[in-house]
Amino acid sequence: MIEKALTGSKRYWIWLLCLIGVIAVGKLCYFKQLSEGLTVTGLGRDVPWGFYIAQFTFLVGVAASAVMVVLPYYLHNYKAFGKMAVLGEFLAIASVTMCLLFIVVDMGRPDRIFNAVLHPSPSSLIFWDIVSLNGYLVLNVLISHATFSAERKGIRPPGWVKPLVILSIPWAVSIHTVTAFLYSGLAARPFWMTAILAPRFLASAFAAGPALLILICLLLKRLTGYDVGRQAIRTLGKIVAYAMAINVFFILLEVFTASYSGIPEHMHHFEFLYFGLEGNTVLVPWMWTSSVLSVIALVLLLTPKLRSRENLLAWACGAVFIALWIDKGLGMVITGFIPTPLGEVPHYSPSMIEVMIGLAIYAAGALILTVLYKVAVTVRKREPEAEWAERAHRMMVDQREKEAVAAGD
Amino acid sequence: MEDRKPDAEGAVEKDVSRRGFLAASGAVAIAIGCGGPILAALASARSSTKEDGPRWAMVVDTRKCEEKGDCMACSLACHQTHNVPEIDSKKEEIKWIWKEPYKHAFLGQEAEHMRHGLKELPITVMCNHCENPPCVRVCPTQATFQREDGIVLMDMHRCIGCRYCIVACPYGSRSFNWKDPWPRGDDNEPVDSPPNPDFPTRMRGVVEKCNFCAERLGTDQGPACVEACECEALIFGDLNDPESEVRLLLEEELSQRRRPELGTNPHVFYLV
Repeated sequence: MIEKALTGSKRYWIWLLCLIGVIAVGKLCYFKQLSEGLTVTGLGRDVPWGFYIAQFTFLVGVAASAVMVVLPYYLHNYKAFGKMAVLGEFLAIASVTMCLLFIVVDMGRPDRIFNAVLHPSPSSLIFWDIVSLNGYLVLNVLISHATFSAERKGIRPPGWVKPLVILSIPWAVSIHTVTAFLYSGLAARPFWMTAILAPRFLASAFAAGPALLILICLLLKRLTGYDVGRQAIRTLGKIVAYAMAINVFFILLEVFTASYSGIPEHMHHFEFLYFGLEGNTVLVPWMWTSSVLSVIALVLLLTPKLRSRENLLAWACGAVFIALWIDKGLGMVITGFIPTPLGEVPHYSPSMIEVMIGLAIYAAGALILTVLYKVAVTVRKREPEAEWAERAHRMMVDQREKEAVAAGD
Repeated sequence: MEDRKPDAEGAVEKDVSRRGFLAASGAVAIAIGCGGPILAALASARSSTKEDGPRWAMVVDTRKCEEKGDCMACSLACHQTHNVPEIDSKKEEIKWIWKEPYKHAFLGQEAEHMRHGLKELPITVMCNHCENPPCVRVCPTQATFQREDGIVLMDMHRCIGCRYCIVACPYGSRSFNWKDPWPRGDDNEPVDSPPNPDFPTRMRGVVEKCNFCAERLGTDQGPACVEACECEALIFGDLNDPESEVRLLLEEELSQRRRPELGTNPHVFYLV
């Protein structure tokens, strides 16, 4: 099947070459980091985690959000997502891969990575993150491979796929819950130590991920003619609207609790985010940009008339994605360290090398995604669209009915 | 959103089985997403120290320490003994024992009109060798662990450099080797030789911290910092020994600890 990715237009190859170029530059930067140590980053004793771990956190959300397509399609039999489901699964695969890469580049001793397996420590949330992320990757690879090759051959997907699909749904929720637990269980960091962190992570994930998926679908339609259908885009737009509204609500809850209680160690972090602390205003313009974009996006998304216009929906999705990237990919992690538990206000901004390595990982994700989508689009475009969608759907319904009858007995 | 056309008799059953799926999914989600980590958290909340046998602790008499102003003897001795490099960057420095102004060491306890100069008074700080160390709980490889005598140690050969322990420590007591602490020449030998050949040097990419001089406790020596302190402001001993100096001091005097409200149960005590 992969051979479909080896033939393509000039545009396709130029895009791949660009991505490979970015990856190559990032790789050089990573070699520098490997030989000199993490001193080449902007990190330090007061801000020991930064850009890398923040990107990891954000991308876990994007990966988890595939469930917003998979759940309605497989559990609720929502046919309109038929052409989108596999795109969501592939997006999850690319995102989880990026997550794992971001973890590796953040490690001081990547050569000892298997110590985490040789000396498993269930009391550490990192252990659970390793289990859940790798499990999620395996699940998505198995599911998308099995369903897709079955579909291509025009046969029913093997029986073991269905339970895996069911399992992948809570599993998606678990990857982001565990990632939130990574932060929310630390007494040393009051900014993160809030029970609402996991739900907030999920809400922002279920807004940012589907927003990205909508943009990708619109782009695919324009570039390749592969159309997931108006209905699918609309429904996903509604999901983005609800998730974004809930996310903003959660942020306001956090702000209220911190500022009304007036406990300095809770309040200072929010002050740092939105007004700056002791002259350190590095995140202030970003956070206000994020806030303004969130409001604009909500207005566009919550007004059905505006949301139903595809170009406005695209703008809204872009705004959601950027707003949430700033919130989670910049603000969330760094602010946990500022001020420090000793009350100091350190400065952190990623170094050039850090940014280049980060970009290379994003390029690697884009490369994986491009290749997977190329295969999907090429295979599906060969046959009349309605036909395969109908067939795939029919197979699923048949199976479910059979199961229902079996359960009834 | 849901497809609910009552077109066939199977519809009800379908719904039931769907609900069953959802319920099962929910159960699995709770099991994977929360159950495991929560059980693990409960299990790890127990300390691994023993009731009998020594429980090492340090008392810092800040009144005595104050006498000598900016004395750094303890820090120098410790860093010499443990080959802690001097790094000329606040961002990357490595510290096992050092001084923090009172307002930082005891954040939130400083008041506007407190004893003159106390707010800025340098307080000697180090790893607290907590009874419930958050760093040990979060370490993904058990590279940092607690001995039965309460000392929290680092296995610097196992550490993968994830820095989760630094993130979890409420005292800023842990340092990371952002670069090679003893830069090597072409022959792969350190350019400046580390001062103490009997103590291992580290590589870049691992975390380190105060070890209460665990390597010296087996011998007759006490911790290097205690030995170096001319003011006798650092007192080290076994809390489980009712006759020990630390025990007697704590029973006589009013002491305080850093961030006791976090439940870490620090074993460095301050007489202020």
